[in-house]
Amino acid sequence: MDQLPAIELRGLYRHFGERTVLRDVSLQVPAGSTLAVLGRNGAGKSTLLRILATLLRPHAGEVLVLGEALPRRGFAVRGRLGFLAHDPLLYRDLSGRENLGYHARLFGVGFERVEELLDAVGMRERADEPVRLLSRGMVQRVAVCRAVLHRPSLLLLDEPLANLDPAATDLVAPLIGRDCGATRVLTSHDPQAALAEADLVLGLEDGRAAFVTSPDKVDPAAVKRLYV
Amino acid sequence: MTTYGRGLRGLSLATAATITAALALTFFYAPLDANQGFIQKIFYIHVPLAITALCGFVFGGVLGAIYLRTGDRKWDIRSYVAIHMALIFGIGTLFTGTIWAKASWGHWWVWSDPTLTSFLIVMLLFATYQPLRFSIEDPERQSRYAAVFAVVAGAFVPLNFIAVRAAQQYVHPRVLTLTGGNLPGSMRLTFLVSLVGIALLYVTLWKYEMAAKATRMQVRALRRMLLGEDSVAPLRRSAAPS
Amino acid sequence: MKTALTVLRKDLLLELRGFETLPAMVLFAIVTFVIFHFGLNQDTIDGQLAAGVLTVTLLFAALLGINRLFVAEREQGGFDAFLLAPVDRSALLVAKASALFVFLVVLEVIAVPAFGLLLLGPSLGPPLLGLIAVLLLGDVALAVIGTLVSAIAVQTRARDLIGPIIGLPLLLPALIGMARGLGPLLAMHGSTSPPGRWVAILALYDVVFALLSYAVFDFLLED
Repeated sequence: MDQLPAIELRGLYRHFGERTVLRDVSLQVPAGSTLAVLGRNGAGKSTLLRILATLLRPHAGEVLVLGEALPRRGFAVRGRLGFLAHDPLLYRDLSGRENLGYHARLFGVGFERVEELLDAVGMRERADEPVRLLSRGMVQRVAVCRAVLHRPSLLLLDEPLANLDPAATDLVAPLIGRDCGATRVLTSHDPQAALAEADLVLGLEDGRAAFVTSPDKVDPAAVKRLYV
Repeated sequence: MTTYGRGLRGLSLATAATITAALALTFFYAPLDANQGFIQKIFYIHVPLAITALCGFVFGGVLGAIYLRTGDRKWDIRSYVAIHMALIFGIGTLFTGTIWAKASWGHWWVWSDPTLTSFLIVMLLFATYQPLRFSIEDPERQSRYAAVFAVVAGAFVPLNFIAVRAAQQYVHPRVLTLTGGNLPGSMRLTFLVSLVGIALLYVTLWKYEMAAKATRMQVRALRRMLLGEDSVAPLRRSAAPS
Repeated sequence: MKTALTVLRKDLLLELRGFETLPAMVLFAIVTFVIFHFGLNQDTIDGQLAAGVLTVTLLFAALLGINRLFVAEREQGGFDAFLLAPVDRSALLVAKASALFVFLVVLEVIAVPAFGLLLLGPSLGPPLLGLIAVLLLGDVALAVIGTLVSAIAVQTRARDLIGPIIGLPLLLPALIGMARGLGPLLAMHGSTSPPGRWVAILALYDVVFALLSYAVFDFLLED
């Protein structure tokens, strides 16, 4: 089946003042596969994810997400992206249900979906409490619901399993895990865990793509160098 | 990157010549005002400064709008320089205006005059331009927000004058009316030469500063290219675009 | 439009939950009236003086609201949440300006009668419609400029400071219009309709800055 690659990057650059945060990054991610992005803090992982999420503009190079060129066509692709990062993007004074209701309205999704997801992550009983009263793990579960509310075809996950206990991890797996059906880009502090889930691996070193290969061809020494 | 140095010498000479001519005309040609005496001559520097400053602010707004449209950093630098030059000329205006006010009306400041009040409001607004830039650390965001400010503030200048004029009867001598000026011939000539001189001064200084900034950026880029990323110390947080 | 309503609804809901901003604005206004009473050392005031006092008080109470307008977005990731959605981004401006407008109207519903009780000499009854007209036009100006300035300020370091110093000069023509428009209405045996010239200036200001803000707002959101 001939499908457009979910993501195509050609010579992507992003600067911060005089510093170059991403330098000449190029790769292709086939639809339905998982890309793991490895690298230490400051290597550019979060910046890359935010560019793919249309939250940041590329400064040079080509970025094609789900066939649309960014930043020009960002509006066309936003409804098909799911973004989950360190910030859960939930208002602390509103309940989980109210937060998800807000996002549902913004994305044009019906409320039944909100209930369906709350059920799926086991948050039904505590859905009416203000988010500030929930534990970090529960907040993360609601955040996962937020990210997949509109059934995105591309998931951008920055440390998605942080703060989740094994039980919760099992609950969210069908939504953001390997078999959820969407193309995924994920970053993780744990290279081994990321490699286990990936079809493609990108190693970022100081903004440069140190390597782009499949997990079985990854050189362990190269991975180690990333985190030095 | 365009070279701002081109034609700069010619421009500087033209500016110097025009200003010298204006000074000569002011002191030797323009008539002595019957009511105010010699101090009235400060008008020949005060009003051109005011007009140039206000035009400079609007010019800065236009440059800011071009930056927002094109995203090319050089327009942001041009906008910044335009506005802070205009601020300097504006301070000159307030200074010369106060001297003139004291000498001819007997007060350092007069509220009943709409022109003074409008000008003060515009200066108060643009005085926030550099603090605004200084308080945004992300350089790209700094440029963008500064440009938004420049556009809104630039549009504000004419509106402000309309509103304040409607509010007050005026005491300020009306120099330029809709009929094109009610100055007698000799005064008009002196005024026009002075206006051209000050305007040229603004453009010359603008070009000098642009040239200085452009050169500095090029030097930094070259150093970075030849000696590696680390040889160039990062710029500290600053109000000026780098 | 639907997006603006969604965001507005969320903001009003948040205010109902937190209930901090509006009470603070109202309290601030009333305390300011008391301060003016003692500062001016007069039992009642009327005319242009009264108009000035009312305008300045409403302005400073509005500043409290303006400073808080985007704080939740900034601190709780609300900007990202909105920017990720497939919606028209200018809707955020409309929503926030509307929220601020609602706050100002609620503020005035309480503060203006309080003003009538505490400081004002002449009765509020006869000029009421004129008063409402001028105040509403002034509220639009405060809401639009307040939102614009707040959106700029929230991304800076000196957040609470930058907003007022940029906003106040920008608002001056509107404030002049408001105060001059209210003056004749609040005078002893004053007129019942506001002076046309000032209503016109206020309306012009509102239209120009609403359009201008709408045009530039997108640039404040993108990155």
